[in-house]
Amino acid sequence: MTPDDFTFVARLLKERSGLILTKDKSYLLENRLMPVVRARMLKNLDELIERLRGGQIDLTETVVDAMLSKDTGFFRDWRPFQHLRDVVLPNLHAARLGKRHIRVLCAGASTGQEVYSLAMQITEAAESFSGWQVQALGVDISREALTAAEQGVYNQFEVQHGLPIRALLRHFNKEQDSWRINEGLRRMVSFRPWNLLDDLYPLGRFDIVLCRNVLAYFDQQTKLAVLQKLSRLLFEDGVLYVGINETVTGVSSSFTPVIPEHGIYAVHRDGHPDSRSLAIAS
Amino acid sequence: MKRCLIIDDSRVIRRVAAMIIQDLGFAVEEAENGKKALDACCVRMPDVALIDLDMPVMDGMTFLRALRQMPGGDKVVTIICTADSGPPQIQQALDGGADEYVMKPFDSEIMHSKFLLLELL
Ligand SMILES: C[S@@+](CC[C@H](N)C(=O)[O-])C[C@H]1O[C@@H](n2cnc3c(N)ncnc32)[C@H](O)[C@@H]1O
Repeated sequence: MTPDDFTFVARLLKERSGLILTKDKSYLLENRLMPVVRARMLKNLDELIERLRGGQIDLTETVVDAMLSKDTGFFRDWRPFQHLRDVVLPNLHAARLGKRHIRVLCAGASTGQEVYSLAMQITEAAESFSGWQVQALGVDISREALTAAEQGVYNQFEVQHGLPIRALLRHFNKEQDSWRINEGLRRMVSFRPWNLLDDLYPLGRFDIVLCRNVLAYFDQQTKLAVLQKLSRLLFEDGVLYVGINETVTGVSSSFTPVIPEHGIYAVHRDGHPDSRSLAIAS
Repeated sequence: MKRCLIIDDSRVIRRVAAMIIQDLGFAVEEAENGKKALDACCVRMPDVALIDLDMPVMDGMTFLRALRQMPGGDKVVTIICTADSGPPQIQQALDGGADEYVMKPFDSEIMHSKFLLLELL
């Protein structure tokens, strides 16, 4: 691949998804695009790039999808989910007793483990949300990942990465060698293909937003833009979770750290955080 | 340093588990059946026990019940580790006092996440 080809593909990825591909990662291009070359029965990478340059839309989508890391797992890092169950959900329950309706968003939902984990915590919260309208929405740019998320079927390795055994028994049905999310949980969760670079307003407003291990792949400017949009989706007392190795401080002034080592932030408006923030233990 | 007792009749599995669990920062001890494991617990209670179910001499559930009767045996964090992945079997292990359950084959990521869940890390 010529340097010119690399620059072309890197620009395409950034424009379409925000993904930054630095030169030291050029091996990733080959690793991830060769399967596309074979699936499309093309001669080689050069032919693939030639077609991309020709503006073949469906191929562009496939290439972007192939380049994105979909790495995920149930209850990833665990502690943020503990905080969610023990602090945020009880606060949320008290704050929304009047309308009995909550909405949570998982931005960059990948194959669904994160949003199902969120839904499981809602069913585990001390104050019951049964009889409430609960909507957990997962969005992702990758159609392939969302198809798997919609199915909600996971293999034995996947259900053991982070999932407590009692949650497995409670929320899954075993089917031969895999495990399927049961109806009760599945009904709380929906998925929509969505690009975080696009307008997010049509998704509606949320009490909790998870955008974990997504921003890490973007440059500062894109991170800031996405964070600003997410802050406007959240209600005043809303909570944002980013990945435990990511930080919002110094990127966006729309959020204030609550437990930054666990990626937990409160909405920050008019120069001060909301004192009723759901993220703060009462 | 916290201690983990690995109970499995397969030497290979004991070795693999030992390597993974040492990497998590635990001192490990091994036993090839429930009887030997009980002997080891009489000498010194471990913090965690990783327990295979099907073993000669004394099986895992018999060991677990006996452990829970011993002084201090109720504080040991117990993880069943077996190839059996049927929900009734899992339920039975939990009813019998197990804290967690790992289905074989496992890898270091699975073990790490289970230890994290059990607040052992
Ligand atoms: C590494 S995964 C993280 C999954 C999950 N949030 C977690 O932490 O386990 C990142 C996900 O973000 C998605 N993604 C990347 N760029 C995106 C964009 N511009 N719009 C929507 N989703 C995007 C990827 O497709 C991928 O599924």
